[in-house]
Amino acid sequence: MTPDLLVQVVVSGLLIGFVFALISVGLTLIFGVMDIVNFAHGEFLMLAMFAAFWLYALFAVDPVFSVLVCGPLLFVVGVLTHKLLIRHILNAPMLAQIFCTFGLSVFLKSLAQFLWGPNFRSITEPLLGGRIEVLGVFFGLPQVAAAVGAVLATGAVYLLIYRTELGRALQATSEDRQTAALMGIDTERMFTLAWGIGAACVGVAGALLSMFYYIYPEVGAVFALTSYVVVALGGFGSVTGAFIGGLIIGLVQVVAGFISPAFKMVVVYLVYMAVILWRPQGLFGRW
Amino acid sequence: MVRGKLLPAAALGLLLLGLIVFPLVVTLPYPQHVMILIFLYAMMGLAWNIIGGYAGQVSLGDATYFGIGAYTTVILLRDLGLSPWVGMAVGAVNAVIVSVILGYPCFRVRGHYFAIATIALNEIVATIFTNWEYVGGAVGIYVPILPESFVNLQFHRSKTPYYYIALGMLIGVVLLNVWVGRSRLGYYFRAIRADQDAARSLGIDITRYKLIAYAMTAALTSLGGSFYSMYVLYIDPTSVFAFSISLLVVLVAVLGGVGTVAGPVIGSIILISLSEGTRVLLGGTGRALDVAIYGLLVMAISVLQPYGIVAWIRGLRRPPKTREVKVAGPAA
Repeated sequence: MTPDLLVQVVVSGLLIGFVFALISVGLTLIFGVMDIVNFAHGEFLMLAMFAAFWLYALFAVDPVFSVLVCGPLLFVVGVLTHKLLIRHILNAPMLAQIFCTFGLSVFLKSLAQFLWGPNFRSITEPLLGGRIEVLGVFFGLPQVAAAVGAVLATGAVYLLIYRTELGRALQATSEDRQTAALMGIDTERMFTLAWGIGAACVGVAGALLSMFYYIYPEVGAVFALTSYVVVALGGFGSVTGAFIGGLIIGLVQVVAGFISPAFKMVVVYLVYMAVILWRPQGLFGRW
Repeated sequence: MVRGKLLPAAALGLLLLGLIVFPLVVTLPYPQHVMILIFLYAMMGLAWNIIGGYAGQVSLGDATYFGIGAYTTVILLRDLGLSPWVGMAVGAVNAVIVSVILGYPCFRVRGHYFAIATIALNEIVATIFTNWEYVGGAVGIYVPILPESFVNLQFHRSKTPYYYIALGMLIGVVLLNVWVGRSRLGYYFRAIRADQDAARSLGIDITRYKLIAYAMTAALTSLGGSFYSMYVLYIDPTSVFAFSISLLVVLVAVLGGVGTVAGPVIGSIILISLSEGTRVLLGGTGRALDVAIYGLLVMAISVLQPYGIVAWIRGLRRPPKTREVKVAGPAA
C-alpha cells in the first residue's frame, strides 16, 4: 500500500466514522438513560433516509436542507416509541424489552417494504456531488458534507448533555432514576427526551447518509450492528466513548474492507469480541 | 394430589393420541407441513429454553447451530455418503464443540452484551460459510436425492414420515427439558438466572454450567438444522444462518413463557399458525405485509404480556405476585 493510498483509506475511514459516531451517540444516549438497547435503531435510520429521499424525489429538497426536517421528524418518532411502547415495559423483564424493540424493528422494516418496495433507491443528483482534491488526496464531497454535519450534530448533543441544566437532569436520571426523581426531576420527561434526542441523532445521520448511500428497507441492519459495536467499544452510556469508538470503527471497517471486502464486517465483530473479552466496560464505560 | 395429576395426564395422553392420528386423518400436504414447522420450532424453542429460560442467558445467535447441523449432515452425505442420521449425530457433536469455543468468551459478559455477542458470532460464522467454496459458498448445496427410506431420511411422495420424525424429536426434547427442570443441573441453571453472583458465592462454577446449558441448546438446535436440511433438500448460508431463525426460536419461548416446558410449545403453535396464516391471507404480494403484522404482534405481546402465556394462565389462578418467570436484568 503506497503512502498516498494509505492516507486516502484513513481519510475515508474517518469520514464515515463521524457518521457512525453520530448514530452511536443516539444509541448510547437511549441506553444510558433507559438501560434499554434500542434494537430498532437501524430502522429509525432507514426511516430518516427514506424521509430524505421522498423530500428529494417529491419536493426536490436536497438532503442538505431536509436534514433540518429529518432530525425533528425522528425526534417525534422517538417520543412516540417511548409513549406508545417503552413506557409500558420499563419494569418488565429484559427479554420483554428486547422483544419490544425487536418487534418494532421487524415492523418498521416490513412496513417500509410494503409501502415503498424492496428496491434500492438513491438521490441521483445531490447538491453536493463530485469530489475535491487536497494535496493529492481525494475527498468525496457528499462524504465530507456528511462528516461535517455529523460532527456539528454530535457537538450539539454533547453541549446539550454536558453544558445545560436539562443535560444535567438527563445525566442524573441515567445515574440513578429514583434519586433523580427524589431531587424533583421529572424522570418520565427525561425518558421521553432521551428517546427523542436519541432518534433525532439518527434522523440527522440518515439524511446525511442519503447523500451518498443506497436507500432500501434493509439498510438499517448493517449500521445498527456497527453502532452496537461502537457503543460497546466506547462504553455503554458514554457520549465521548461513542464518538471516539465511531472513529475507530470507521477506520477499522474501511481498512479491513480495503484488504478483504467480504470480511470487513467480520473484523468489526472481532473488535467487539476483543472488547468484551479484555475490556468489557469499553474505553470510557462507567462500570 | 392424585386427582390433580390424573387429569393432566389424561389430557396429555389424549393430545398425544390426537397428534399420532392427525396425519392419518388429514392427508393434505399443507396442514402436515404446518404441523411439521410447529414441531420443529417448538423443539428449537425448547432447546433455547435451556440456555435462555433455565440459565437466563439471552442468546440471539442460535441459527449458528442450526446451520452447523444442516451443513454437517449435508456434507457428510454428499462427500462420504453417510446416512443423515450419522450426520445428525456428528452435527450435534460439532455444534457442542463450536458452542464451547464461542460460549467461553461470550460468557464473560452478560445481558445485552452477551445477546449482541451471539448475534455478532452468528454473522461471523455466516460470512465464513458464504466465502467457503468447499461448502458451496453463497450458492449453497443441493442435497443429493436418495431413494425413499428411513435410513436415508428422505421421503418424496408424502410428508407423513417427516411428520412422525419431527413429532418424535419434539417428544424427546420435551422429555429432556422436563428432566433438566427437575435435575440438579436445572437448579444450578436457575440459580445462575436468579442471581449469578449469589450462585457463584454458593460455589457454583457459573461459567461451567452456562457452557453446559449452551452446549445442550446447541446440540438440540443442530438436530433441528439436520432435519430441516433433509426436509427442504437445499441449504445455503442465508437460509440456515438467518437471524430470523434465531429470533423466531426465542420469540416462541418468550411468547409461551420462558423457563417452562409448555411455554415454547404453546408459543410455537401460536406463532407458526399466525405467520403461516398471515402469509396465506396477505402474503404472495411480495410486500411483506404479513411480516409487518407479525412485528406488530410481537410488540403487542411484549407490552401486554411480558411474562408469557404460561405465566398469564397461572396468574389467572394465583395472585399476580407469585410470577416466577423473571429473567435477571436491570430492573428499576
